[in-house]
Order: sequence, then C-alpha cells, then structure tokens
Amino acid sequence: MDKFNVLTGAAAPLNMANVDTDKIIPARFLKTIKRTGLGKDLFSNLRYNEDGSEKPEFVLNQPKYRKAEILVAGENFGCGSSREHAPWALLDFGIRCVIAPSFADIFHGNCFKNGILPVVLPADACEQLMADAALGTNARLTVDLDRQVVVRPDGQEIHFEVDAFRKHCLLNGLDDIGLTLEHVVAIDTYEKNEPAWMPVIAGV
Amino acid sequence: MAASRTLFDKIWDAHVVDRMGDGTCVLYIDRHLVHEVTSPQAFEGLRLAGRKVRRVDATIAVVDHNIPTEDRRSGINEPESKLQIETLEKNVADFGVPYFPVLDDRQGIVHVIGPEQGISLPGMTIVCGDSHTSTHGAMGALAFGIGTSEVEHVLATQTLLQKPALNMLVRVDGAVGPGVTAKDIILAVIGEIGTAGGNGHVIEYAGEAIRALDMAGRMTVCNMSIEAGARAGLIAPDDVTFAYIKGRPYAPQGDDFAKAVDYWRTLPSDDGAHYDKIVVLDAASIIPQVSWGTSPEAVVPITGVVPDPASEADEAKRAQMQRMLDYMGLTAGQKLAGTKVDVVFIGSCTNSRIEDLRAAAAVAAGKHVADGVRALVVPGSGLIKKQAEVEGLDKIFLDAGFEWREAGCSMCLGMNPDKLTPGQRCASTSNRNFEGRQGPGGRTHLVSPAMAAAAAVTGVLTDVRELA
Ligand code: SF4
Repeated sequence: MDKFNVLTGAAAPLNMANVDTDKIIPARFLKTIKRTGLGKDLFSNLRYNEDGSEKPEFVLNQPKYRKAEILVAGENFGCGSSREHAPWALLDFGIRCVIAPSFADIFHGNCFKNGILPVVLPADACEQLMADAALGTNARLTVDLDRQVVVRPDGQEIHFEVDAFRKHCLLNGLDDIGLTLEHVVAIDTYEKNEPAWMPVIAGV
Repeated sequence: MAASRTLFDKIWDAHVVDRMGDGTCVLYIDRHLVHEVTSPQAFEGLRLAGRKVRRVDATIAVVDHNIPTEDRRSGINEPESKLQIETLEKNVADFGVPYFPVLDDRQGIVHVIGPEQGISLPGMTIVCGDSHTSTHGAMGALAFGIGTSEVEHVLATQTLLQKPALNMLVRVDGAVGPGVTAKDIILAVIGEIGTAGGNGHVIEYAGEAIRALDMAGRMTVCNMSIEAGARAGLIAPDDVTFAYIKGRPYAPQGDDFAKAVDYWRTLPSDDGAHYDKIVVLDAASIIPQVSWGTSPEAVVPITGVVPDPASEADEAKRAQMQRMLDYMGLTAGQKLAGTKVDVVFIGSCTNSRIEDLRAAAAVAAGKHVADGVRALVVPGSGLIKKQAEVEGLDKIFLDAGFEWREAGCSMCLGMNPDKLTPGQRCASTSNRNFEGRQGPGGRTHLVSPAMAAAAAVTGVLTDVRELA
C-alpha cells in the first residue's frame, strides 16, 4: 500500500448525499479479478450516456476536475455494498482523499486499506470546501495527515480527527496482515482454548 | 468488564485475541464465507506473499453473484463471469478451501446456505466479503461484511483488526397485523431511523414482534441492517433458534449440541445492559411497506402516497427527493397502490427462503401473472428449490405464469443475465433500490414476497391485504 502524508491537488465537488457504492462502481464492473483498471468505470452511470459518450455536466468530466485527487462529497458517502472495488476505482482514477460529513462504515475502513484517506468534517466545513472546490484548478486543497489539517486555498486550516492506529498505518504504508501476524502466539493460544463442541467444516 | 452486557458485548469479549494500546482488537473469526466476486484479489494477495489459508476448516466457498439462474449444466456463456467462477474454483482447489460446486444442491446465495447448512451458529463471529453478511445475525451471531483486503486478512490470520461498535436496540413491541411480514417490519425500521441511523452501531432487534418471527423472518430483518447503516444486526438466540439448528449438517451433533445449547443460553443481553441508542416501534401500526425512491429509507405504507419534495425544509434533501422522483418516474402526491409494474422479482438473500416462497405461492395460487408483466422466482439455494418442488410450489408458480429459476443472486444486482432494462419498473423482494441496481435505468420498489406476488397477479403495486 502507498504511504499517505501530504496531498495537494484539485478537489472535485460532488454535492450529493448517500452516494452509494453502486453509484461509485456499478455491479456490472465487479467481474474483474484484478484491483486495477477500474478508474474508467468510476461513477459510470453518472459519467457516461448509454452510448458510452461522456455526460459533459458530470463533475469529473469537466476539464478542471479530470485530474482531481480529492473529492468533496455529501453525507453518508460510500453506503451500500462492501465492494472494495469502490476505493479501487477511486484510486485508479487518481483520487487519494475523500472529504465528507460522514461515511458508511465498511467503505470508510476499505479506504484506509488502500491508501485513501477519508476525512470527516462537520457539514459547515464541508460546505466551505465544496465552495472552494467549485473554483476549480485555481483552488487547490492540501490535506496533511501528519498534522491532521485540511488547508484551504486562502491558507486557513481546518483540523480533522483520525483514528491513531489507522493514521500510523497510512503514514507508513503498513500492511495489516503483517501487523496482525505479530500476534500469532495469541492466535494459537486462542485456538487451543476453543470449546470441544465447536464444529469444523470438513468432509464437504 | 461491565456487570451487565449486551449480546454484542458478550460475543465481542469472547473473541478478543489481543488488544493494542489504542483499543484496536485482534478479533477471532469463527466462520468465513467466500464468494467469487470479492475474493479473487484476496487469494492473489496470499499467493504473492506466499501465505496459506490459516483455517480451511472454518472457511466455506460458493458461487452466487454471477451465476446464471437458467439451466447451467451446459456451462456459463458470459466470458467474464465464467473467468470469475473458474478463478474461484482454482483458488479453492489450490488452497484447499471447502466448496459447494455450481451443480451441487447445496449451492446457493452465501447468506442463505450458511444458516441452512448449520455453518452459521449462535455466538460466533462470521464474516464474508459482502455487506449482507448481517443476515447471519439472526442466529445470534456477530456477522458483518468486509472488504477484499479484510477477506485476505481473515484467510491469512483468521482474525480481523477491529474496534468495538456501539450498541443500538431496536425494539418492536406488540404483534403485527395480518399480511404484515418481517420485510415490512425492517422497511418500517429503516424508514424510521434512516439509512445512516445505524452507522457505527450494531443493532440488536428485540420485542414481541421479533420474538414471534420464525428464523426466515429473523434473517430478513437482520439482512437489511446494513440498509440502516449498521454493519451487523443481531437477534438473541432462543428455542426457535435451537430447534432450527438441530440436525443441520455442520452444526454440533449429539452431546456436543447439548453443550453448545448450554453455552448459547448464556448469550442473550443481561437485564440492565447499556445501549447507546434505543428505538421503539409499535408493530400494530406497521402497514405493508413499499419503497418509492432510490434509497431504502424512502418507504411508505402501501396505503400512502409519494411524498412531496416541497414539504421538505432542507434544500439538499429536497433536491435529493426530486432526483429520486425523476429517476423513478413518479410524481408527488401519487398513490403508490395502482402503479403499474413491468417486472416482479422474488428472490435474494432477503427473501428467497422456503417460507418466503410459500408466502408468495399462497398469493399466486389459482391466479395468473398480469398481461405484460414478467415475474421471476429465484430460490435462495438448490435445497430450497428442491423442497419447493416437493411441496408443489414450482407448479403453482409455473401455472400462474412465473419463471422458476436456479438458485443465485440474480436480479438482486443484475450481475448475471437477469437485469431490468432502462425505465422498467420492478416490484422486488431484494434489499436495495439504488439507481441502476437491478440494471441501468431500472426502477425498484422494495416489497415483501406476498406483496410482490400481489403485484405480479394484478400488474400494479397492490395492498396484499385487499387481495381476495
Ligand atoms: S442476493 Fe443480492 S444482496 Fe444478497 S448477496 Fe446476492 S447480490 Fe448481495
């Protein structure tokens, strides 16, 4: 996983609440067996007409947001399915940070596992950033994970909270599996103490 | 440790392997269910790191999302679906994971077969790379959906790194009226608390109306916890649960079963246990529900009308309502009952169990699917399909003009050939009415199996209670 420290880039405003994972990446694109290559299908139903042509009004189709690295969105972003294809598609498009008043739990966790930082900020702060983002490429935002601030184009800093463990992993690009395997003795012990009636799945 | 604990607290405490300084826990996972869509990248990750599956005897794999529900003895045509299914088959063979093959009777939707086979048991932690893993909470287990990175994590370590969720109690007091089902209860709950109402929480469902449900109904309720924003839903195990489990293939047998029941009886929440949020509903006031928008919280009673965005004070919410109405092709103030449907889908991990099929068949019996309506029945597993055929339900459906299919997810998400076409309106027993969920441009109305059958035979959204 790539490290995340300081990100400065264009932010795209997506002023919608409850952006679900079917919107982020519709089910028909889940047939891949790879993690990469989904960027072209990100927000497919919002981004393209039925004939495959682009909908010019959709935010990521506007020239100033085609290279956006930050997304500012409405509340409950990422609700719905657990598909990790949603953060994969965002990442493959080039988005490394999503800012919203709230996120759905599974999506929120999936972001951290893919080097994407989800930033939760109060609704009024998100509105300000949405307005900044609407200014396009002239208005770049900076997201500083170490200092836990979003820096607005005018230099004003907005503080955000982030889970200390997840922050540590993201700053250092740490793989959860490796960390967990440091506890392998405890896992062995746990398994030895399982009750005898506990069945196993065998002889299928 | 607090003296009084909830069901969730007890299961959590029993599975903590280790604690890190900041409260993150290494949580042991008892059962891992694997399907074709969210696992290929996880197995690939194991391969790249030279890791094995830690506990193949706690893991079970099946294909469900992609698979055609027509005759599949001749193989799968769609090349990408085929590749994904073959990839799973190769992965389970390489890593030694138990697997129910495509043509096995035990194949079915992952959340249907777990309980059906006795794989999902009370007090367990159960995960799957699918958000509707919450379904298994009906057994009194802590069951939740995970992403593919976590699938890999569980395969490699049989644990997850987690922090405990908050406790939420949803109590449904009293008894529901005739024609009101588990599906209507959960849709009413989501309508009440909203799609983000359970974020950060695990919901425990309790109260007389929940206790009165059979296991199929409890699974329907827990299934849609995720639509209320909660990663997991739970119902305390009781005699109904134990009777359901007894004798199932992978459940404890004989003396072990008795020992297990002794343990399971200690699981229900203690008196005075603390909940961070409590919501109470009156069962008697619940009327059969139907969704009108593209979010599962956008529900009204079938006797109601499409709400008016003008009456919404919040500007963003007003705009969202208008967008939903435009997408759904509905106008404010329009009555839901009488709205014409093109397709009826009876199936999905929410409502494809034998009890659901019986309820739909009871409505369809002796009637015929309305002209111009396509109606599908897709059982949740091969075994359910067989059971239905023993009971003659297939004949009832076929005589009434329904299609009778093989088990799978089917039109719940339209990954296989069963899809809506743009503008088609569907009464569906599934769980999500998101834009394009059942096919691009498709319009979904979430309802119970009985309501879906009523829509099929009348051709319009119908209050099943008024159908003679
Ligand atoms: S039936 Fe639908 S909701 Fe359930 S697992 Fe399949 S796709 Fe997901």
